[in-house]
Amino acid sequence: MAGVLRHLARQALLLALVALAVFLLMKASPVDPVDAYLGPAIAHVGPEQKAQIAAAWGLDRPTHEQFLAWAGHVLRGDLGQSTSYNAPVAQVMADRIKASLALTGLAWLLSGIFGFALGCWAAAQAGTWVDRTIRVYCYLLAATPTFWLALLLMMAFSVGLGWTPICCAGPIGVPPGQVSLWQKLHHLILPLVALTLFGVAQIALHTRVKLIEVLQSDYVLLARAQGATAWDIVIHHGIRNAALPALTVTMASVGEIFGGSILAEQVFAWPGLGRATVEAGMKGDLPLLLAIALLTTLIVSTGNRIADLLQARVDPRMGGA
Amino acid sequence: MNGRQSALLTAGLAATLIAGVALSARLLVEAGTSADFTARNLAPALSHPFGTDQMGRDMLARSVTGLALSLRVGLMAAGLSVLLATFMAMVSGLGRQADRVAGFVTDAMLAMPHLMLLILLSFSLGGGTTAVIIAVAISHWPRLSRLLRAELLQVSVAPYVETSRALGRSRLFILRRHILPHLAPQMLVGFLLMFPHAILHEAGLTFLGFGLEPSRPAIGVMLSDAMRHISAGRWWLAFFPGAMLLCMVLAFEAMGSAARRLISPREAQC
Repeated sequence: MAGVLRHLARQALLLALVALAVFLLMKASPVDPVDAYLGPAIAHVGPEQKAQIAAAWGLDRPTHEQFLAWAGHVLRGDLGQSTSYNAPVAQVMADRIKASLALTGLAWLLSGIFGFALGCWAAAQAGTWVDRTIRVYCYLLAATPTFWLALLLMMAFSVGLGWTPICCAGPIGVPPGQVSLWQKLHHLILPLVALTLFGVAQIALHTRVKLIEVLQSDYVLLARAQGATAWDIVIHHGIRNAALPALTVTMASVGEIFGGSILAEQVFAWPGLGRATVEAGMKGDLPLLLAIALLTTLIVSTGNRIADLLQARVDPRMGGA
Repeated sequence: MNGRQSALLTAGLAATLIAGVALSARLLVEAGTSADFTARNLAPALSHPFGTDQMGRDMLARSVTGLALSLRVGLMAAGLSVLLATFMAMVSGLGRQADRVAGFVTDAMLAMPHLMLLILLSFSLGGGTTAVIIAVAISHWPRLSRLLRAELLQVSVAPYVETSRALGRSRLFILRRHILPHLAPQMLVGFLLMFPHAILHEAGLTFLGFGLEPSRPAIGVMLSDAMRHISAGRWWLAFFPGAMLLCMVLAFEAMGSAARRLISPREAQC
């Protein structure tokens, strides 16, 4: 119980520090939020009007007051008003979180499953051409720029073959409420493939190493001596022992996948949180950027934490750290 | 050929490739930036192996100059980052309290998605080349720092360090004379293995519009330009710059793992 409380306290401290750091970073930026908000319309706006906008957003108050006001509101559950979308931040995020979950969440899940399966397959056939192919694939994918892979897929399947739509989460001109499930899947498939192809690599490589370790152990040698077949051994001894390390890596890979999703969403014009991040950054939309930064920090640090705890379970020597 | 020789050969080949790119970029600057409107949007052919873009610029020359730019950015960013990582690892070595603080900072840095942190840092520095270098340097040190810390803690209980301490040497002397030289090989490998990450993140950041200035011939700029022409079927605009970047990343990976095999042959077996 005390352990759980300590974890929670640490997590809260971490979030508070990240919030403060992000806020200060935003404030240090030479990008003026009012200018960025106005964009080309700046030609029609006089200095008085600019000052009025700044006052309406509270930008004329000292930095520490701004931070305390913002933090107070966040603690009461009010994330503020997004300046680039002109809507409450909570609503902007709620609109996008489903699309993000569909893409990033699914990609994460699939990378975990396929990565584990590929890793097991490679380890079971260690040294053969199957193993070599999987390894080359993983090294290659780990070195490939995600957005380039996304572009290539789009060139091949959307432009060249015309199998998949070229952008967005639904047909252009159709309101989001009227998009059918089939259309949704049709638009989801390519970004999902791009992200999953990228996410699989690390998990597969890690699983492979762990499983090979297991397969070289004495108890597997004994099982083999007792006449167990290769698949028996992989299923009864291998998978059980490799599953936890693989889960650990999968947990720790949340951040990577989210980073990849920012790029993939940009390429496929997918209306998720990644695209909102880029939009918010371009337009100097502090409240939205802060909220997304905090949410992703919460998710990733929870993933890391779970990974650490699992690691301690797998290898008790790591428990002290 | 034994493992050592093949590692040396790989590292040599990769280094030659990288040096070749850096050198030929110097010769190709002119060709990569001069527009030729009589040769716009040409598909790859003998005269332009990688095709030309909408301003008639040769994509081969542009890709090579873009890579050289990536190399410069990556070199500085990874170098700075290794220094930061070493500094933080040394702070960990100072004592229990310092280790706690350094560990918390490292955790905090890892708690945010890499790209998110890069966007925030680049935003706060106002974008541009310097901002990218600093952002990549600040966001990449934690993993290496953890490795170095583990190594440092191991070395600091080694008999020769204990002896030195018993002889009354100061902490700083021990850090500088006994521990730092021991970390140097790890730092080199860390640098080589960080390089690919650094240039991939630089390209991604630039692609999103938070990185290098759009006027520079960077790979990220080329790819985001290419995205606008993608429905016109000009595949070469996106394919070649990305493929070149991939080759460069693979060359550095090969060099890094070869260096690791040479330095610690036992650990690098699997």
